[in-house]
Amino acid sequence: MRVNADIVIGAPPERVWETVCDPSRALHYMAGVTRWEVVGDTREGLGARYRMLMRVGSAEIGGLIEVVEFVEGRDLAWVSITGVDQRGRWRLRADGESSTRVEFRLAYGVAGSGVFGYLAERLAAPTVRGHLRRTLQQLKRQVEHEQLRAAAAARRAARAA
Amino acid sequence: MDRETGRIQESNGNGNGNARAARVATERAVAEREGGRSPAWMVGMAALAGDALTAPAKLTAAAGRAVKGRIPVADLDERDPDYIRESLPRLWLLASVYFRAEVRGLGNIPETDGVLMVGNHSGGNITPDTSVFTLAFCSYFGVERPFYQLAHNLVLSMPGLSFLRKYGTVAASHDNAREALSTGAAVLVYPGGDYEVHRPVWERHRVDFGGRKGFIRLALDQDVPIVPVVSVGGQETSIFLSRGEGLAKLLRLDKAFRLKVLPISLALPWGINVGDMLGHWPLPAKIVVEALPPIHLREEFGDDPDLDEVYEHVMRLMQDTLDALASERRLPLLG
Repeated sequence: MRVNADIVIGAPPERVWETVCDPSRALHYMAGVTRWEVVGDTREGLGARYRMLMRVGSAEIGGLIEVVEFVEGRDLAWVSITGVDQRGRWRLRADGESSTRVEFRLAYGVAGSGVFGYLAERLAAPTVRGHLRRTLQQLKRQVEHEQLRAAAAARRAARAA
Repeated sequence: MDRETGRIQESNGNGNGNARAARVATERAVAEREGGRSPAWMVGMAALAGDALTAPAKLTAAAGRAVKGRIPVADLDERDPDYIRESLPRLWLLASVYFRAEVRGLGNIPETDGVLMVGNHSGGNITPDTSVFTLAFCSYFGVERPFYQLAHNLVLSMPGLSFLRKYGTVAASHDNAREALSTGAAVLVYPGGDYEVHRPVWERHRVDFGGRKGFIRLALDQDVPIVPVVSVGGQETSIFLSRGEGLAKLLRLDKAFRLKVLPISLALPWGINVGDMLGHWPLPAKIVVEALPPIHLREEFGDDPDLDEVYEHVMRLMQDTLDALASERRLPLLG
């Protein structure tokens, strides 16, 4: 099952990228996610591994994931090593001069689980889609707020000078 | 005479022979004392009456031997992570859609090494809270983490339930638990067992281990922490009326099957359900499970902890939590 959501954030791609590739900020904006821990020595970038869990229904679902695509300012994709099968992606594209279209995709399932797996994937989809949408809204608020504060700090510095 | 002798020898073979032989001899002696003229039909009738009285017990003993033969030898290697992983969506549907279950406090369970999780048992022989917790545990820690559940012998010997062994269910015994814990696995045990799981519905918000303290000795022997796991809602999945302890004793189920109870309940699809041996269709009660912080026995109770003190401590913690969970429920079944 694949779900995705997108949003336009009023900040350039590099600002959004700073947030999405920083694992220490994940829990600040990712809705439904209860864990996003670095596993191993690589903190971010290609090959970085995280233990992530997302609450869906009665269980916290996820497992160990590994970043398999890391294109600075554009794409960050991961696949699961353990836990349910999943493939996730952050896709960032410039939308005008100072805004970014951000797409969050998540494909998930359990190979070999048959008809129950098919049903569970579909019944879980509205919850997962809701988590993705809220994640994007929270990301937008966070990035735009940080940008606002950075602009205010720059203005204060200019006045002080 | 020959027939009688034959019967005595036959009954000797099934373990009740001494009692039977003594009874027949007594009957004969009484008949002789009364003049040695008691008709043969009277002696025969007396023997038949004795047979009628002991038949259920004999039947129970025979069934007990049959069940004992079916109990599989615990093999921890029978746990199959791939099977568990593939069945997680099924468990998820059951827990999330049917029981609207909620599991809290999984972060309290130590991430590595052996741990003894001690739960209150609910829901008759169907025990939905075990399925809910198994899903939550395996999703949270991954199916790769060894996790075993101790179950009553009867559960594992039931035809059609052999798949439970793939989940890591092993017969409840100290040896099996010790073996699992010594490999660094997480073990879930329900000390209340059949006694607690069939408590009447009006005692549904009561933790009742029936004074069983073996789990404390086990945790001390293996030097592992105890994590209490409290659940509410499971005892609303059927209308449990009585444990039927007297009936179980009369039929000698305790000796044959290690069963202290012969529960009576109102359950689907049977109506009046005696024994719950074939299970029942559980009502869709909302289930909430909470794992509490670990109790490190020697750190909290000294090098030689007093079993009664630890038992009371665990019971108090679990009862307090169950009371809190019960107070969150507005309506039975709906939660």
